[in-house]
Amino acid sequence: MVSITPTPRTSPLLQALRGHWAAANGIQRVAIVLGLSLIALAALAPLIAPFDPVDQSLISRLRPPIGFARYKSGFYLGTDELGRDVLSRCLYGLRLTLSLALAGACIGLLTGASLGLTAGIRRGWVENLVMAAVDIQIAVPFTLIALLILAIFGSSLQVMVLVLGVYGWEQYARIVRAEVRKIAEMPFIEAARAAGASRGHIARNHILPNIVSPLVVQFTLSVSNIVILESTLSFLGLGVQPPTATLGSMVGVGRDYMPTAPWIVIAPAAMILLVTFAVQILGDWMRDRADVRLRER
Amino acid sequence: MIMFALRTVLKMAITLFVIITLVFFATRLSGNPIDIVVGEGLTQEDRAVLTAYFGLDAPVWEQYLRYLRSILAGEFGISFLERRPVSQIVAERIGPSLQLLASSLALTLAVAVPLGIAAALYRKSWIGSAVMIVAFLGYAVPNFVLAIFMILIFAFTLNWLPVVGNGSPWHFVMPTIAMSGVLIAALTRFTRNAMLDVLGQDYMRTARAKGLPEHVVIFKHGLKNAGVTILSVLGLQIAGMAASGNVVIEAIFSWPGIGDLLVRSAIMRDYPVLQFGVISVALAVVVINAVVDIAYAWADPRIRLAGG
Repeated sequence: MVSITPTPRTSPLLQALRGHWAAANGIQRVAIVLGLSLIALAALAPLIAPFDPVDQSLISRLRPPIGFARYKSGFYLGTDELGRDVLSRCLYGLRLTLSLALAGACIGLLTGASLGLTAGIRRGWVENLVMAAVDIQIAVPFTLIALLILAIFGSSLQVMVLVLGVYGWEQYARIVRAEVRKIAEMPFIEAARAAGASRGHIARNHILPNIVSPLVVQFTLSVSNIVILESTLSFLGLGVQPPTATLGSMVGVGRDYMPTAPWIVIAPAAMILLVTFAVQILGDWMRDRADVRLRER
Repeated sequence: MIMFALRTVLKMAITLFVIITLVFFATRLSGNPIDIVVGEGLTQEDRAVLTAYFGLDAPVWEQYLRYLRSILAGEFGISFLERRPVSQIVAERIGPSLQLLASSLALTLAVAVPLGIAAALYRKSWIGSAVMIVAFLGYAVPNFVLAIFMILIFAFTLNWLPVVGNGSPWHFVMPTIAMSGVLIAALTRFTRNAMLDVLGQDYMRTARAKGLPEHVVIFKHGLKNAGVTILSVLGLQIAGMAASGNVVIEAIFSWPGIGDLLVRSAIMRDYPVLQFGVISVALAVVVINAVVDIAYAWADPRIRLAGG
């Protein structure tokens, strides 16, 4: 006789989230809260930013943050070399940095995963070609590829998305191909094939669901690297062009004013650290949660 | 074994050739580079003269063959900006870059290996956890942010260290630390994991059972075996990270090396110089890869026989 216990009426998603939260340690909980707050700040930037991020005011240039002499009321983190509000620029910069990182990571995931899937299923010369491309990509450090692409196509928002989208595709391709080859040996795939399922059907319905977990982990890890990459390129002056700013380009431009107005670089640089710390810890946490062997340890 | 080595070298050569070709044709995608390098305000005649000077009026195939010949001659083309062979410009700048690379690698090894060993030996105590947390968070600090905070503190606030150039030993302090930060974080983790693997091996138990003192067991038997893994990681991962870090750090500290040259070339679109940068770093990474592969095969007959 099977006993039936009444289950509380919560969605499975909410339950899963509760489980994850319960399993997280102190640092990880801080990172979760921090990550969510940063996302909220970025999403709500237009609503909560006190000023327009590109509004200049030449009479209130280089004013220090709250608590210092010459502080101009309302400009909590001070103003920059053109009298723009540093806080508003940080919020919009965070918004752009996170959007670029997400867009880049998604493009990388889609191209890399589909190439890896094709390579793993088709085998033969397709696989050789994809893997040769992966080897080539690995041979050249990505910063150099990025410099090359930006030099050829110029610096703009679109090109930046392209550059960040190229980043990391080879990792996804490698992971997916390896997983697909492993899964393809399993009896349930053989059964599906024997039942007359097409290659596309097998890829969509049997293989894809089984490789989601390693992909999610790789995705989070690559977001962290992409944030660093984007900040670095923007810092060097190769990213989006003024007056639009990401956190990296704010640090890059503010560098010239460091001796007299250090708040112009400290605010965005600290923001970058918050983002990379949060994403790094979350990526590691996801990896632990996804890896059953680690969880049981 | 010889077959395996030959095959590895052949694969390396093909990879390099493909990279050279891809990079060359990619830079020709944007039309006549003279237009972007010199910009507006150029008369038609001047433009024609410059285009002919750099051989950009020939068909792309011919330019490509000429470029390959120039590489074989060790010239790597003519810089658009400085109008002299890329090899000359690079020769002037390679010294400072190698010095910075050497000091950073030295610092990385000196800090990361002891930290990694300590983290492995004391993995159950707070020392191990503290080291790993620092290494873990250090990995998330972009090197330019580290550099900026150091400049703010040690140059502008305390006035201890110079920021620009490479004139004295003091000039090395900040660039070296800024470049080593991420490398130390990465290598500490690798060292710890490599040591943990080794510590669990039977021969470590045997060494202890023989009555050897603990430091001999750890350093002679443990580190020597973990060293192989550590060195190969250093070669593969660190080479790429160092190349990227070099670009950023040199640009920040106006270090007169290759990285600074590459950033300037990217901004000014000096393609021949940029092409050289990509190709030479790819060469370094591919060669290190091949050496590690061959060394592994030489040490491990399983790989040798499966591959050959």
